[in-house]
Amino acid sequence: MSQLAASGVGFLLVLSVLGIFAARRASGSRLIYAACAAVCAGLAGAALLRLLAPAAGLESVEIPVGLPLGRTFLGLDALSAAFAVIINLAASIVSGYAIGYAARAREPQRVVPFYPAFIAGMNLVLLAQDAFSFLVGWELMSLASWALVVSEHRSPENRRAALVYLIMASGGALTLLLAFGLLAGPEGGYSFEAIRRLRAPGVGPIVLLLALLGAGSKAGLVPLHAWLPLAHPAAPSHVSALMSGVMTKVAVYGFVRLVFDLAGAPAWWWSVPVLLIAAITALLGVLYALMEHDLKRLLAYHTVENIGIIFIGLGLALAFEASGLRAAAALAFAAAIFHVFNHSLFKSLLFMGSGAVLNATGERDMEHLGGLIRRMPVTAVAFLAGCIAISALPPFNGFVSEWLTFQAILLSPQLPQWVPRLLVPAVGATLACSAALAAACFVKAFGMSFLGRPRTVAASSAAETDRFSQIAMLSLALLCLLAGILPGFVLDSLGAVTQLAVGAKLAPQSAQAWLRIVPIDIHRSAYSGLFVFVMILLAAAATAFVVRRVASHALRRSPAWDCGFPDASPATQYTAGSFAQPIRRVFGSVVFRAREQVTLPKPGDTAVARLQVELRDTVWDALYAPIIRLVAATAERLNRMQFLTIRNYLTLVFAALVALLIIVGTWR
Amino acid sequence: MSYSDWLIQLAQTALVLGLAPLLSGVTRKIRARLLRRQGPSILQPYRDLLKLIRKEAVVAENASWLFRAAPYLIFATTWVAAALVPTFASGLPLGAVADLIVIVALLGTARFLLALAGLDVGTSFGGLGSSREMLFASLAEPAMLMAVFTLSLFAGSTQLSSISAYMLGPGAGVDISLALALVALIIVSIGENARIPVDNPATHLELTMVHEAMILEYSGRHLAVLEAAAAVKLLLYLSLIACVFTPWGTAVAGAGVLAYLIGLLAWAIKLAVLGFLLVLFETAIAKMRVFRVPEFLGIALMLGLLATILLFVSKVSR
Repeated sequence: MSQLAASGVGFLLVLSVLGIFAARRASGSRLIYAACAAVCAGLAGAALLRLLAPAAGLESVEIPVGLPLGRTFLGLDALSAAFAVIINLAASIVSGYAIGYAARAREPQRVVPFYPAFIAGMNLVLLAQDAFSFLVGWELMSLASWALVVSEHRSPENRRAALVYLIMASGGALTLLLAFGLLAGPEGGYSFEAIRRLRAPGVGPIVLLLALLGAGSKAGLVPLHAWLPLAHPAAPSHVSALMSGVMTKVAVYGFVRLVFDLAGAPAWWWSVPVLLIAAITALLGVLYALMEHDLKRLLAYHTVENIGIIFIGLGLALAFEASGLRAAAALAFAAAIFHVFNHSLFKSLLFMGSGAVLNATGERDMEHLGGLIRRMPVTAVAFLAGCIAISALPPFNGFVSEWLTFQAILLSPQLPQWVPRLLVPAVGATLACSAALAAACFVKAFGMSFLGRPRTVAASSAAETDRFSQIAMLSLALLCLLAGILPGFVLDSLGAVTQLAVGAKLAPQSAQAWLRIVPIDIHRSAYSGLFVFVMILLAAAATAFVVRRVASHALRRSPAWDCGFPDASPATQYTAGSFAQPIRRVFGSVVFRAREQVTLPKPGDTAVARLQVELRDTVWDALYAPIIRLVAATAERLNRMQFLTIRNYLTLVFAALVALLIIVGTWR
Repeated sequence: MSYSDWLIQLAQTALVLGLAPLLSGVTRKIRARLLRRQGPSILQPYRDLLKLIRKEAVVAENASWLFRAAPYLIFATTWVAAALVPTFASGLPLGAVADLIVIVALLGTARFLLALAGLDVGTSFGGLGSSREMLFASLAEPAMLMAVFTLSLFAGSTQLSSISAYMLGPGAGVDISLALALVALIIVSIGENARIPVDNPATHLELTMVHEAMILEYSGRHLAVLEAAAAVKLLLYLSLIACVFTPWGTAVAGAGVLAYLIGLLAWAIKLAVLGFLLVLFETAIAKMRVFRVPEFLGIALMLGLLATILLFVSKVSR
């Protein structure tokens, strides 16, 4: 399987080169996307076989190139296989969507060559069994996605997004480089095998910190999320889907690989920073998303929330594992990975939906949309399924992983330490809060874009998107439902992963009656998504049947009830801003220092009334703005160094050399 | 699971539906009497439903399929959630496929659809209702979950049957966390059922612009189904509180006809008492303005969180 997967990555790289020439024609780019879809489907299949193979060891491919005197090891163990399934499944469907998109692309030569390279980079990260190829894959992923972000380079907003992304990505890669350097120790055994064997003692906490910075910045943990809502929406929609739905998962993989696998046995307090950051990320992410009116940026902010939920699961798993509660750790870890899977499905779906809307109307701003459920019925159904799934509502899949996370939280009184025991209930409350706010956020997203009356001409003349896109979106919606009603199969296939990461697995689920999942004990908790789904369907059908038999069939269409104020203008509808206004008032006055100012003209004056809303990004103000100012000020000072004479430069070089020699001398 | 258990489950499922309008009728009657009015008959809600169902449905010109499908889906999810709550007998088959968190989430699904339905026609009233409903939910739902956490930590289970059995057992006693959870649950029930002081179910006035604003566009059979769903939801919350905090008299699955009858009687009494208390509270308090409600629900959230944290601190490994 590993050979197959490695050759798949090679094939993607070849596609990337072919893309340079193929992009000249729409049919060529379509061919490239179709090939990507096929290769990803193959990769997903291979990884799934590997994941389900009973007790297969790590078989790695050795390539005699790499670091000087080094070799490259590629292979799939259970952990990377699970992530490879998740990533390639979503990537394959997104590539299918892109086939339809190719016909409408404006500058395909800026997108098509980088697209396969991006997927190849992500796969290389997963396949890597040594630090060197891991970092090569990581950088390939970052650079290819940077090129995709900057593909629509004419708008200054996108250029700024790309710059911020590049800085954050290189910073993240630097911290990962340091983490691997520490792990490898002075002997420099960079293969994961060697790291596990010869791990330098005492580096665990620093590796955790570096992984939180490096992988966390890629995943979008607060406060390192700033690039994400800029960069994800800037790319073409299918790339946004990959970046938000898939690339963040590679970052989660990086964190899991470093902290759960390579850094050694965790101490209990490792969970504290992870849980704290995760809870803040979940809550802030959804609040940011609620304040946002741009559909794609809303989705990107919402990714931040979901990353928070995933890291809550991971933090719980760390706490449980450190205290030897392996079954609980397996539950928390499985919940996190399940959510990784779910999020890759529904976030890709929602980004594709927003792409379809963007193509049909040219609008990303929800204030200019509305009523699309009538113009784009298929997109609306798929988008609605994604909205219900991401709001963690049964019977869809988002609920299952949150339910599992709640079950893990309820096990935490078993923890012997006080700090996590006090922290975990607060984390639970935050998680519950962010789930409820997520529902509000997606009522807003769906309601403003697809329901109501069209707010602009563009929205009222939108047309349904193409067949490829429809099939891609509907298949993801179906997968969301299937993962929600048959969660036992997903959990069972994660058994080998939890075994590898935390040393235990959940009891087999798929043999349970009614296909329910029973994480710990049948008397403790059980959930059968299938049963709930069937019950809802039966109840709805029975109600509809009875109403049809008993009730009047008469139906009259008439104008909406206007309360005596006849108005034809769609502007009188609730807007995205007004929908979020109560929540802004309740939560935003602290978090965003939201200010509202109403200017009313005097009686008799016919001037317009104004409502001004001011929101501040507190994280940006508190963290990024000072750094930017510092860098700018330092650069200003250093600028003088550009205009020195040759003698001064020589003196500087000499001084620097002496200083370095003194440092090296005293170090020894 | 024997056939009789399924039969009882089925009876329970039908009963919550059949009795829900009666509960509304009784609470309205008590309310009227407390206000020194005669009040309509307690059977009035049935007559209202019948009347609505026979009328022609008037649907706005631009309403989509979602508008017409939503009432049935909302009703179905609420009904399924209600069927999962043990009423007169516990330990039934459905308890083993869905727990208390699922019940909360199912109500969340119903609310999600209702909020969307409110936005569908594109009038300002619908949007107003949806927006406020989601604001209240963003506090009420976590508060409810925190109360659920407290109960589950006591019983070591998130299943209602187990929680109810634990409350009957020797392990349960008067506990500060339990009291806090009860208060939180009551506040959430008031908020979620659109009762005074959060909302007023008795008017279609513009001032009570949450639940009624969302369903302003509905008429005829659609409105009937939504009204029935609201009645079932009230019954669900009262049954839930009864099941957890006053588990006495509830029959256990397979206990025999007499036990079931006792259970039925006990349930009826509990509902009547809870309904009376609810109305008493309602008549004694004025409606809050909208931005006071988040504080009211925030109290529930804080109480729930406090209850959970106290438990986490005081109980060692359950």
